[in-house]
Amino acid sequence: MSPSNNSNPYSTALFAGLWKENPTFRLLIGLCPPLAVTTAVKPALTMGLSVIFVLVCSNIVVSLMRNLIKPHVRIIMFTVTIATFVTICDMFLKAFTPKMSEILGAYVPLIIVNCLIIFRAEACASKSGLVVSILDAVGMGAGFTLSLCVLAGVRELLATGHVFDIRVMPEAYVPCLAFQMPVGAFVTLGLLLGLIALLTRKKGA
Amino acid sequence: MDRFITLLMAFLSVVLVNNFVFTKFLGTCPYLGVSGQLDKALGMGLAVTFVTALSGTLTWLVDAYVLMPLHLEITRYICYIVIIAGAVQLVEMYVRRFFPSLYEAFGIFLPLISTNCVVLGVCLFLDVWGTNNLLEAVVLSTGTGIGFTVAICIMAGIREELILSDVPEAFKGAPITLVTAGILTMAFMGFAGMIK
Repeated sequence: MSPSNNSNPYSTALFAGLWKENPTFRLLIGLCPPLAVTTAVKPALTMGLSVIFVLVCSNIVVSLMRNLIKPHVRIIMFTVTIATFVTICDMFLKAFTPKMSEILGAYVPLIIVNCLIIFRAEACASKSGLVVSILDAVGMGAGFTLSLCVLAGVRELLATGHVFDIRVMPEAYVPCLAFQMPVGAFVTLGLLLGLIALLTRKKGA
Repeated sequence: MDRFITLLMAFLSVVLVNNFVFTKFLGTCPYLGVSGQLDKALGMGLAVTFVTALSGTLTWLVDAYVLMPLHLEITRYICYIVIIAGAVQLVEMYVRRFFPSLYEAFGIFLPLISTNCVVLGVCLFLDVWGTNNLLEAVVLSTGTGIGFTVAICIMAGIREELILSDVPEAFKGAPITLVTAGILTMAFMGFAGMIK
């Protein structure tokens, strides 16, 4: 990622979300989906793509309207915008992947109150131009999806021995079902964050 | 009497067995972020309880008597979020008028309740659970808020102790909080099966 670290605002906006400001691992915002839908990689990926769609669309709208709205009504305007796109996304999932929509359940409409999307609307889209907002949304969304998939990969591997429904562990592996339960979600994320802190600290020293 | 017992069971179920924070991961942001001090956590929990009770009831009413009869289910999420924002605004005005000191203490967190997952979560799960009368909706949404309060108060208590303990360098802050939350969740799993 080092070649992108020049002062070009476009590449900064695009790459910040991937690692340096990764929403789950670094900023710790929008933690509901990373904990709730990461029992397997497939639902995690679906959720990640939905979040990218909503984030890009809402950033576009907010960025285009940033000079028209008064500051004190901005939060409600953000949420209504987001709610509209989430409705579209929810209907799309219901129509084309009904099974996945059933697995994700209420967590799709809950994207509306995901802190990540409102945070990006507030911190980036309401202050920047269209292109930067779109790049920022793509970067942040990709970082979010990446973290969801990593988390889901670890949990699915430990809980079932499969990743993406492909057998990875040897036959003798005894599945540790606890990782598919809520306990596993908290503990896996906690341990991953600890690991990241350990690695980055060593690099810094 | 039967009805009362059903309601009591439903209430216990959302407070302990199906606690939103532990089983559905809703409201994890304030749960991990705000809950540093016990008294602040309690105040926050009570404010959230009030908002969940109010908006849970209101959204159920709107859903049952306006959206369903008019077949406007498609606008459900937008209606919900507007109702929640309205309820939060109401609470904010009330607190500012009658408890100015509490208003100062909450600061930015009060308006942010409208984006708390617990609140919208209740409105959505009332639908998923198939709540079909008003009383049930009131009990369930109040219970969820109380469950949230219980969760963040326990966490705040643990975190007050956690400051004094010797945590490995890399695990300081968020990682150890998450692992603690995991163990706490395991404790709450003991309630599973208590109520069907």
